[in-house]
Amino acid sequence: MKKTFKKVVSLALIAVMALSTAACGSKQTNSAGSDSTATFKIGGIGPTTGSASVYGIAVQNAAELAIKEINEAGGINGYQVELNFQDDEADQEKGVNAYNTLKDWGMNLLLGSVTSGSCVAVAAKTAEDNMFQLTPSGSAVDCVANDNAFQVCFTDPNQGIAAAQYIGQNGMASKVAVIYDSSDVYSSGIYEKFAGEAANQPFEIVATESFTADNKTDFSVQLQNAKTAGAELVFLPIYYSEATLILNQAASMEYAPTFFGCDGLDGILSVENFDKSLAEGVILLTPFAADAADEKTQKFVADYEAAYGSTPNQFAADAYDAIYIMKAAIEKSGATPADGVSGICDKLKGAMTEITVDGLTGAGMTWEATGEVNKEPKAMVIKDGAYSLIQ
Amino acid sequence: MKKFNFSRATKDNLWTYGIVLIVSLITGFLLMTGNMSSLMKGLLVPICSYVILAVSLNLTVGILGELSLGHAGFMCVGAFTSAFFSKITQNIITVDALRFVIAIIIGAAFAGLMGILIGMPVLRLKGDYLAIVTLAFGEIIKNVINVLYIGIDSRGLHFSMKDTLSLGLEEDGEVIVKGAQGITGTPQDSNFFVGVILIFITLFIVLNLINSRDGRAIMAIRDNLIAAESVGINITKYKLMAFSISAALAGAAGVLYAHNLNSLMATPKNFGYNMSIMILVYVVLGGIGNIKGSVIAAVLLTILPEMLRGMNNYRMLIYAIVLIVIMLFNWSPKCLEWRDIFMEKYIRPRFNKRVSKEVE
Repeated sequence: MKKTFKKVVSLALIAVMALSTAACGSKQTNSAGSDSTATFKIGGIGPTTGSASVYGIAVQNAAELAIKEINEAGGINGYQVELNFQDDEADQEKGVNAYNTLKDWGMNLLLGSVTSGSCVAVAAKTAEDNMFQLTPSGSAVDCVANDNAFQVCFTDPNQGIAAAQYIGQNGMASKVAVIYDSSDVYSSGIYEKFAGEAANQPFEIVATESFTADNKTDFSVQLQNAKTAGAELVFLPIYYSEATLILNQAASMEYAPTFFGCDGLDGILSVENFDKSLAEGVILLTPFAADAADEKTQKFVADYEAAYGSTPNQFAADAYDAIYIMKAAIEKSGATPADGVSGICDKLKGAMTEITVDGLTGAGMTWEATGEVNKEPKAMVIKDGAYSLIQ
Repeated sequence: MKKFNFSRATKDNLWTYGIVLIVSLITGFLLMTGNMSSLMKGLLVPICSYVILAVSLNLTVGILGELSLGHAGFMCVGAFTSAFFSKITQNIITVDALRFVIAIIIGAAFAGLMGILIGMPVLRLKGDYLAIVTLAFGEIIKNVINVLYIGIDSRGLHFSMKDTLSLGLEEDGEVIVKGAQGITGTPQDSNFFVGVILIFITLFIVLNLINSRDGRAIMAIRDNLIAAESVGINITKYKLMAFSISAALAGAAGVLYAHNLNSLMATPKNFGYNMSIMILVYVVLGGIGNIKGSVIAAVLLTILPEMLRGMNNYRMLIYAIVLIVIMLFNWSPKCLEWRDIFMEKYIRPRFNKRVSKEVE
């Protein structure tokens, strides 16, 4: 009797598997067959679930906001824009799955991926398909290794070098400690370049402490070493969730150096149950501050808060800029959805090196053919529980 | 018509091969005729590697009867050794197929070797203790790879556990393994065809082992260690045999995984204990000791989260709920009872008409 059941079930499962593959197949032929390409379809990839979801959701929201504005103003070259944002859980394999899902949907341009690891894996696939890719925040160099991919944010090496130069030129400290996540691409990438550039700067790295993704709750050893070495400044090229713990533990051991971070620290003020006064005086290199005085930023922040009920972070700003960069490039090249994926990509590749975009994350942004962005880094300090620009 | 009198085990094995063959033929046909979505195309190789992982873990958990939580660690060894090999020989061996075959052998061999090395101390333990220690070894493998830097230049290979600067490479040197950033630019040699062949090799090895003299010895150890020892079975040898074969097959799955993606990183997600437990879920869901079940569970549970993409952020929640429901449906005693009654009433009378002679 049991055997009969198993046979029935296995037959049923075979049928389901075969059907599911076939069903997907027919769906795809439909979308490819119908030539109703009256809209630009922009696909987005980023983590909307899991530990990095803050970034993915920010990018998704801001991209939606920008697309809504563009559509209300008449679209790009008269074409409306659609967004489909897929979750990749910040994982390479899921990133490729998300990319394939978007391809089935009929995506023309790709916004993503949000995190570096997933971005590198997806970039290999976009290069195969010659799909135009603009990543708002994938900062590893390999993200833009191919000529079809461009970045809105700085690459990791540039952040590390900029941070070392900023500390050196402003004479902020003579003894510096570094605490970084050796199991993270972003963190170790910045640290490497920071350490390289530090040799040319008038300060000394007195302590290099690392942790990994598996033991990121207790930092007392690292902080104690930094304190013993007499570091006046602690460089934190890490994400904000670990940084809150470091600030907390430093305060409890009465160690008060200057903390200096990169764009990963952005978002530290929106962590729940975190005593914001601990973050007073933390300096971070990030291209965007929500309280900047210019009209553009204020409008974006107000719109974003009205729509999603939270203050946008740098990732949101990058994504908002990314959509407008795509718009500028499409307008410059005169691409239309009818050109197809590869046609659009070829046109945009040329246009990207010619355009200059004034965005939230920098004025006069230009691009090299390599895909890296040229813009000025900005330093922010946390004052009275808010980010403010250092003039 | 001539009636074949296969033994129960042979029949069961033929069913397993048959299911895999039919599904892969259908999939292959859809692939050839271009009737397949990009998503499914992209999922094919991961599915193959998860099937191999599930079957190979079933060898340890179901046949040897020891709970191993470090399976992703062996996959990691296979993935990194083979990706390393492919990367440095990319310009030397230009025939992709040949290079990939060697890569698979290297990956499986290193993982198998690691299996023997880890197995020797670990298999002295039993039950929960063994589970915890394998978990620890899996994590060690992942963390070591995360701090490993390997570069190559005209003077040969350079190793470091610190950072790329301390490799001391010459100008023309290239860093191959960049610590946490892993290996980027592995040639993408994996495809569905190779995946299916590997699945068949895996099934062939595991099913033949189970039905061999060695397999019976291994199962005797599982069922009663003292009795097995008393009849003169070499406990250490057979335990180590099952464990290292399982590790080598996981290594082969890792090779497939590594050559499917352009960037290979050892994150907690893909090579950590999350993955080990995921593989264990395939095995438990499919039925411990049931190879066919492992195959089906691995395929379904890999496709399921992708099919649920329409649910947006509720996706993983629904996935978890579906998992619980399937688990209850398959293994809760009440459910089994209900299933039997249901079969008796509706399915069996009809089914019996056709196959009345086959079913006793």
